[in-house]
Amino acid sequence: MAPSLIQNPDAGLLRFITCGSVDDGKSTLIGRLLLDSKAILADALDTLERTSLKRGARGMDLSLLTDGLQAEREQGITIDVAYRYFATGRRKFILGDAPGHEQYTRNMVTAASTADLAIILVDARKGVLTQTRRHTAIAHLLGIRHLVMAINKMDLVDWSEDVFAAHRRDGLAFAGELGIPHLHFIPISALEGDGVVERGGRMPWYQGPTLMELLETVPLAEADLERPFRFPVQWVCRPRPGAPRAFRDFRGYGGRVASGAIQVGDRIAVLPGQLQSRVRGIRLGEDRLEAAQAGQSVTLELEDELDVARGDLLADPRRPPALSRDLEATLCWFAETPARAGARFLLHLGTREVRALLQELRSRLEITTLKPQAADQLAMNDLAEVRFRLQAPAAADPYADNRATGAFIVIDETTNATVAGGLIRSL
Amino acid sequence: MILHSRTLTHLDALEAEGIHILREVAGQCRNPVLLFSGGKDSVCLLALAEKAFRPGAFPFPLLHIDTGHNFPEVIAFRDRRARELGERLIVRTVEDSIRRGTVVLRTPLQSRNPFQSVTLLEAIQEFGFDACIGGARRDEEKARAKERIFSFRDEFGQWDPRHQRPELWDLYNARCFPQENLRVFPISNWTELDVWQYIQREALDLPGIYYVHTRSVVRRGAALVPVTEFTPARDGERVERLRVRFRTVGDIPCTAPVESAAAGIEDIIRETATAELTERGATRLDDQVSEAAMEQRKKEGYF
Repeated sequence: MAPSLIQNPDAGLLRFITCGSVDDGKSTLIGRLLLDSKAILADALDTLERTSLKRGARGMDLSLLTDGLQAEREQGITIDVAYRYFATGRRKFILGDAPGHEQYTRNMVTAASTADLAIILVDARKGVLTQTRRHTAIAHLLGIRHLVMAINKMDLVDWSEDVFAAHRRDGLAFAGELGIPHLHFIPISALEGDGVVERGGRMPWYQGPTLMELLETVPLAEADLERPFRFPVQWVCRPRPGAPRAFRDFRGYGGRVASGAIQVGDRIAVLPGQLQSRVRGIRLGEDRLEAAQAGQSVTLELEDELDVARGDLLADPRRPPALSRDLEATLCWFAETPARAGARFLLHLGTREVRALLQELRSRLEITTLKPQAADQLAMNDLAEVRFRLQAPAAADPYADNRATGAFIVIDETTNATVAGGLIRSL
Repeated sequence: MILHSRTLTHLDALEAEGIHILREVAGQCRNPVLLFSGGKDSVCLLALAEKAFRPGAFPFPLLHIDTGHNFPEVIAFRDRRARELGERLIVRTVEDSIRRGTVVLRTPLQSRNPFQSVTLLEAIQEFGFDACIGGARRDEEKARAKERIFSFRDEFGQWDPRHQRPELWDLYNARCFPQENLRVFPISNWTELDVWQYIQREALDLPGIYYVHTRSVVRRGAALVPVTEFTPARDGERVERLRVRFRTVGDIPCTAPVESAAAGIEDIIRETATAELTERGATRLDDQVSEAAMEQRKKEGYF
């Protein structure tokens, strides 16, 4: 048995999304990834009959691997984000599949919010379209670190290097306009398999990684570790009756490290109260840890007895978050009822719940360019620049600096619906 | 400061996400409950709850909806785990719903799995639970692949796939009006292989029937059916003694074992990794009735 998958520490968990419509061959690409990764797994495990899987999908409808709900099958459309899971010998993958039809922005924003990588599909016969620009703009806005433009259907343009180069030029040009620093380009044929998992022999002019090689090797969370320590408190832990003697006076704060890292002895600030203390202990359940980093759920004990509660943010006092009652943000509006200035909402910012007044609707963003336009209300799937006035100060960071502490959701308390997602621009 | 900087393994990442979700339930919900059947997925939930809340008590009781057709070793395991943890276990039975007349069986030995929904809704009503934490995974079935981690149910316990709350980042909206409730799935993003790898890594105890044992079975279609008082052999069927294990455990009339040569958990992980059949395709008899069976059941209030 190949030990890589089963026993060794692996290359982690990559969350990614695919953007594009059925016409771009998205379902076929997803089917190809699911099918060929099984073949990779079979290679790694060396037990399955490889030939039955590998390159075996010619003549089979790969898109059938991704069909969804009854309601969708009846209508022949995909209405919601679906999640798929697969693994190779090196990494586990969670694929968020956002459909390309109605409510597109809402679905894509939802899928993109947790993704580390986005594959933007381009039909090699059509090149960069308005839809391509829209997908790329949203992926960039949501702070997805790795953007990959997959030029698909290369089989239909005779595997032409010139066609690929032309689309690449177009893609780079508008990526520059959007301020995207880096974009990967990979020529593929999801149908034939070339460039996805297998390199194939028909594009010798392309020397870069295959799509799967890129998925398996892009760095994951390093950027989150360099950011300042942030820890939204979810839960205050007090000992249960009958807990071991050592825990009789235990008081711990449960949460997930949103960014940065922490070790025993580090100073921390408690916000919004602006108290300070030191970390006395870090625990996972009752076990002790010496340190914890972005992504880990732990329980922190502090040196001092402070009044810390759910909704507080523990942070690096040398690089503290901003504390403010005014919030400038980019909003993606999800609800069928339009949003107008003057409306009141409940915001979830990390673990903090705070009432807010939508004070000003500055502009609507044109979705393909992210350029502002005048607007007096927001309709479903609109992106907009807005200003909120909060009932109480909240500690947060700009989304561009910190995805974990710069995001919020907007809840309409009269319906309890989640009506918008927000990205903090400044506060 | 960066110490021991590393990429979290996929199990670390999934575990951290599960703990975070459990704490959000505890922080946001008034009266949650954790559904514990003794099965491997809910065993993982308990392990996550210990990491999330110890040295404190769990901020929710455990609830099992018992069909009355469960394997006795699973029920014994369920009771022992609850005792070891010192947490409160509530058991409500489909039998009670039958007595009340809210469940009517067509035949005495039919699968009681679909009727768990009725008994669950009655338990939710009885205790006023506003959130039920369950061990369902998105890789189990197509309908689940689109379900939210915090999945909203209306006052009839129904799931409406067309009107799900958008779920962004790790920010969850657990707000409900009275009579409505949530189903919350902390291991949504785990696969069957992840579950087995986690059980191995954490050395979690499981009911013995997950491991290979010799059992009397009959072959019915593509599936093996265990021979029990609830699932007797039919006329003309040949009872065989085979080496089998269960990949899921639940109501006996709808749970099929698979033939296996796995000597221990490492072999099970190996078999799982190479399994071509999805878990439910191989072992759940009731979902095969129709492709949309799960979606239909979810709309009716099933987990």
